[in-house]
Amino acid sequence: MRLEKILAGAILAAGLAVPAAAQDPTKVGFIYVGPIGDGGWTYEHDKGRLAVEEHFGDKVETVFQESVPEGADAERAITQMALRGADLIFTTSFGFMEPTITVAKKFPDVKFEHATGFKTADNVSTYSARFYEGRAIQGHIAASMTESNVIGYIASYPIPEVIRGINAAYIHARKANPDVEFKIIWAYTWFDPAKEADAATALIEQGADVILQHTDSTAPQAAAEKAGDVITFGQASDMAEYKPYPRVSSIIDNWAPYYIERTQDVMDGTWESQQVWHGIDEGMVEIGEITDAVPGDVKAEALALKAEIASGDYHPFTGPLNKQDGSAWLAEGETADDGTLLGMDFYVEGITGKIPQ
Amino acid sequence: MDLASISPVLLLASLMVAATPILLAALGELVVERSGVLNLGVEGMMITGAICGFAAAVETGSPFAGFIAAALGGAVLSLLFAGLTQVALANQVASGLALTLFGLGLSALMGQGYVGIKPPPTPRLDIPVLGDIPILGPILFGHDVMVYAGLGLCAAIWAMLKYTRAGLVLRAVGENHDAAHALGYKVVRVRVMAILFGGACAGLGGAYISLIRVPQWTEGMTAGAGWIALALVVFASWKAGRVLLGAWLFGGVTVLQLNLQAAGVAIPVEYLSMSPYLITILVLVIMSADRSRAPGSLGRIFHATG
Repeated sequence: MRLEKILAGAILAAGLAVPAAAQDPTKVGFIYVGPIGDGGWTYEHDKGRLAVEEHFGDKVETVFQESVPEGADAERAITQMALRGADLIFTTSFGFMEPTITVAKKFPDVKFEHATGFKTADNVSTYSARFYEGRAIQGHIAASMTESNVIGYIASYPIPEVIRGINAAYIHARKANPDVEFKIIWAYTWFDPAKEADAATALIEQGADVILQHTDSTAPQAAAEKAGDVITFGQASDMAEYKPYPRVSSIIDNWAPYYIERTQDVMDGTWESQQVWHGIDEGMVEIGEITDAVPGDVKAEALALKAEIASGDYHPFTGPLNKQDGSAWLAEGETADDGTLLGMDFYVEGITGKIPQ
Repeated sequence: MDLASISPVLLLASLMVAATPILLAALGELVVERSGVLNLGVEGMMITGAICGFAAAVETGSPFAGFIAAALGGAVLSLLFAGLTQVALANQVASGLALTLFGLGLSALMGQGYVGIKPPPTPRLDIPVLGDIPILGPILFGHDVMVYAGLGLCAAIWAMLKYTRAGLVLRAVGENHDAAHALGYKVVRVRVMAILFGGACAGLGGAYISLIRVPQWTEGMTAGAGWIALALVVFASWKAGRVLLGAWLFGGVTVLQLNLQAAGVAIPVEYLSMSPYLITILVLVIMSADRSRAPGSLGRIFHATG
């Protein structure tokens, strides 16, 4: 009897104490496609999550699930997170688009943010970074430094995001060095170190002395380091452990400010569905340190290009540009509109090979 | 299309590297199956070896210590399988599958602190004179020590099974464990030793992936190599020479398909990606059309009083 009374008292006290102590923290969830230690894409998203925690302290609680496969499993993972009471969920891979939309319909009170996609709803926003701006700078450095005139490109999936990157890099590589040629391997994975290493090795064996990657692990960097005279660029994250050579620069995705802003919106009740596409200018795309392995004049050119893109004076997709089949795309001085870029499914003129269907 | 950019010499050289992990694991499984035990846990032992080797190499700074640890790790895990199937007389198929699932989980747990770390490099064995021979030099004499260990192991197992008394006993146990028992051979002891050997080989194969081929640690990085090794043993009709051929074939087509893609060959990528599996199976099935068959007692439980 006495025990029961004590317990009842304790429960009552706890029940009274909680609302008094603090308001329910805002719960922010993250769905990752790779492990948080991949050193690339997911690693940067998780840095954004940690920044949210640091910024808001006790006012937020963050949860995440890593290595979620794209497809049916993703729907289960997102649903689980919504059921556990998340107020805001970031789904951080292109392949999570359909599952995010489906789950969002079932949880109208939960806010969703999908990275790199194009479908929105009343409670689903999209956000992405203009990585192609960084790719343009990479293409310039790559073509200026190559001696074999062969640039290897490890692509992941044939989606607009990846094709845009190839085109941006190619256009600026050709501008810097008209003899340059791209060899492209489609790995059909975002993260599979063994496959990425094999792909990098195959490209190096075919004469590539620059490897660009759109996959998330550091395995291609390791393969380049082993080969000795091959340069690489960090993808999504700085990949600084391969500095100053083979990694000569990088594209860093900086999600933290966006994550903090959107969490604040949810707290204030001002969150609205939107489509955000930020670039170098807004700081969502950062160019990692260009190391001393890059000749001084090339580095200066690259930085000038970066400044021009950031100020809006120059758009990486500026005409005259033709599509791969030779048909006209952009006239002299014309720049690509975001709609075409977001749905890009063609190579520009000069790239050999076909985009897998 | 630019087929001229594919260098046959470099292709053959990287074929040897791509084939080594499967070769090591398949040779171990060959010995296990020749003793009459079917261990489906190769994948689990490989991935456990991969993380044990990686962790040991990072902690000690020596890739050599890494490979020792990988062999030990694989063997210790296989001891679990040996206990289940040889002492507790559990079903071998179920125990082997459980071993794979357990190994995948265990390795992910052990690897928590090792994601994104660079392992110490394994030195390439530069053989002074032989390595300079044109064409043959880079193909045969410019590899790391584990490639040669795999080849040496293959020759040793072939000779052991064919010419030595130990090989004869192993085969007797595998062909008919009751007869072997009646002759006074310790069936269980032979099998436990074979299982341990198989575990050690699988561990080495896994460590080859995490320490040399990639080199990096990530969860599930063996990505099915253990299952390929298992299939290879069957399609190679339990013969060491054919296992080597199958591993080279598989490794070769894997490397070739990436090279074809880079050269811009107009075959859809999906077909190229499945080609290593198809071609390896096709060739080995055609080759095994002779009268070779599985060891007589393969997968059967042995109980001395039975």
